[in-house]
Amino acid sequence: MADVILESQPDINADLSSDQIQQQDLQTEEMLVNMGPQHPATHGVLRVVLRTDGEMVLEAVPHIGYLHRCAEKIGETVAPYQYIPYTDRMDYLAGMNNNLAFAQAVEKLTGLEAEITERTKLIRIVFAELNRIASHLVSFGTYGLDLGAFTPFLYAFREREYILDLFESACGARLTYSYITVGGVTDDLPERFVDITREFLDYFEPKVHEYNLLLSHNHIFIKRTANVGVITAQEALDYGLSGPVLRGSGVNFDLRKQPGSGYEDFDFNVPVGQGEKGKVGDCWDRYIVRVSEMLESVKIIRQALDKLDGTEGQETLHKKGKTLKLPADEIYYEIENPRGQLGFFVRGNGSAIPDRVKARGPSFCNLCVTEKVCQDVLLGDVAAIIGSIDVVMGEVDR
Amino acid sequence: MAPEEIAEILKETFGASITDTEFETAHPRVVVTADAWPEVAAFLRDDERLQLNFLRSISAVDYLEDDKFAAVYDLASYRPGKTDSDAWALTNAVAVQVWTDRSDPHIPSVAHVWRAADWHEREAYDLMGVIFDNHPDSVEGLNGFHPRRILCPDDWEGHPLQKDYAFPMEYHGIPAVTELNQTRPIH
Repeated sequence: MADVILESQPDINADLSSDQIQQQDLQTEEMLVNMGPQHPATHGVLRVVLRTDGEMVLEAVPHIGYLHRCAEKIGETVAPYQYIPYTDRMDYLAGMNNNLAFAQAVEKLTGLEAEITERTKLIRIVFAELNRIASHLVSFGTYGLDLGAFTPFLYAFREREYILDLFESACGARLTYSYITVGGVTDDLPERFVDITREFLDYFEPKVHEYNLLLSHNHIFIKRTANVGVITAQEALDYGLSGPVLRGSGVNFDLRKQPGSGYEDFDFNVPVGQGEKGKVGDCWDRYIVRVSEMLESVKIIRQALDKLDGTEGQETLHKKGKTLKLPADEIYYEIENPRGQLGFFVRGNGSAIPDRVKARGPSFCNLCVTEKVCQDVLLGDVAAIIGSIDVVMGEVDR
Repeated sequence: MAPEEIAEILKETFGASITDTEFETAHPRVVVTADAWPEVAAFLRDDERLQLNFLRSISAVDYLEDDKFAAVYDLASYRPGKTDSDAWALTNAVAVQVWTDRSDPHIPSVAHVWRAADWHEREAYDLMGVIFDNHPDSVEGLNGFHPRRILCPDDWEGHPLQKDYAFPMEYHGIPAVTELNQTRPIH
């Protein structure tokens, strides 16, 4: 019975040569694919529309705004110290750094900067660098996850947990801290904080070596990331990239090394992409810059903890920060966030409430390069490229 | 190079296009007319002495009482150190302010000078309503071409950061919450 049906069907390939049949089988057509906004490899609600031809991506257009809350409009309705909790919710993996950027911008504008005590400055550096480690741990873990390596993620979150516990002991919050505020920090360090942090650093430092063994030098991982998504130094500057993405492209630029950053007395290196596994500026370079930066942050925290001795009793001025009046002037101020340069533009009008608050988010600026990099790459590489840029959508959309 | 010196160089080259300078502030800036701005921008980037190769941010500001918008461009020059292992230095940081009328806000786009301006200008149009002419990602609206919106939906009405913005009471059948029941600006 089955034979009869087969025989009755016309043979569509009867007149074609085997070459022609093969070509017909391999023929592809252009297709639009929606990646996101709920795709796990987009780290939040990023939607990328891909124009594909078979496995090749011809064009990738990112669409953002799914998490838009118009945080800048809110900034025009509250006093600076009330705006600190909103900055937490921009880059929610680096709350401390966001608090610090806005607090310092306002302090510079009002002239309060000159009165900030030495102890406050050191505490801020300790927390900013601890948060940098925590943020890079998430980036490291989820990047492995994007590329199919589940285990590093669990290790990274185990270590991050210790940092979150330290933060919790200081301010009670684990993600949205509002600890660093205008004029200082909300409270002095808790008892034994310095000792526990030192213990953590001693525990953490060898772990980075483990990460390198586990993921950085893993053959499959290198195959997925080396020579993929290359951004040249010239392109990186032109597109206004910053942070590990800029340094991965071989540009040795870190705001912490510039005069007036508050890091002048600290001895640390700036890891830069060298093209060790492929070309300079590929995904692996951006990844390894983050992993190496964790060790540099450990160095900075150690030095800051040593300097904290003997500064006990110096007060923080956070109460003064609550009664600030902003002058009728404006400022633009940037700091080095884990993801790049986070800038705040603040314009006052003589009252306590600013006229305009604008945040220049590093994720927002870094994301604009995806359109350029995701041309003529394989579909699987798109996840590798977006992961290596390491965006947090809360801050892209604000 | 100090902002004062940069302003001197610009005044020598462009004369009347540099209408004002402000240095007694935490944010030293040079005021450039909208018409001359793309030319000035290309000069700022390419001139040997300045080399402002990095656009840090574009902040659009609403001056409701003056009936004007301002776009503030924060620029910097990143230069390599003497050897490869030296840190790059940030020099020549300066801001450029471009004014435009509130009723017909047009500023020429500089996305061809710094690619970073692409998204910043789209954001400034979306949230403040400043139209950047000749933007590479433009769409046609009721009043000619404007940059494509970036954060708000494409069919959103108005520009939220304007001081006289009234929050819409309804969007595609979704009602606004009662706390937002205000037709006057927050200030």
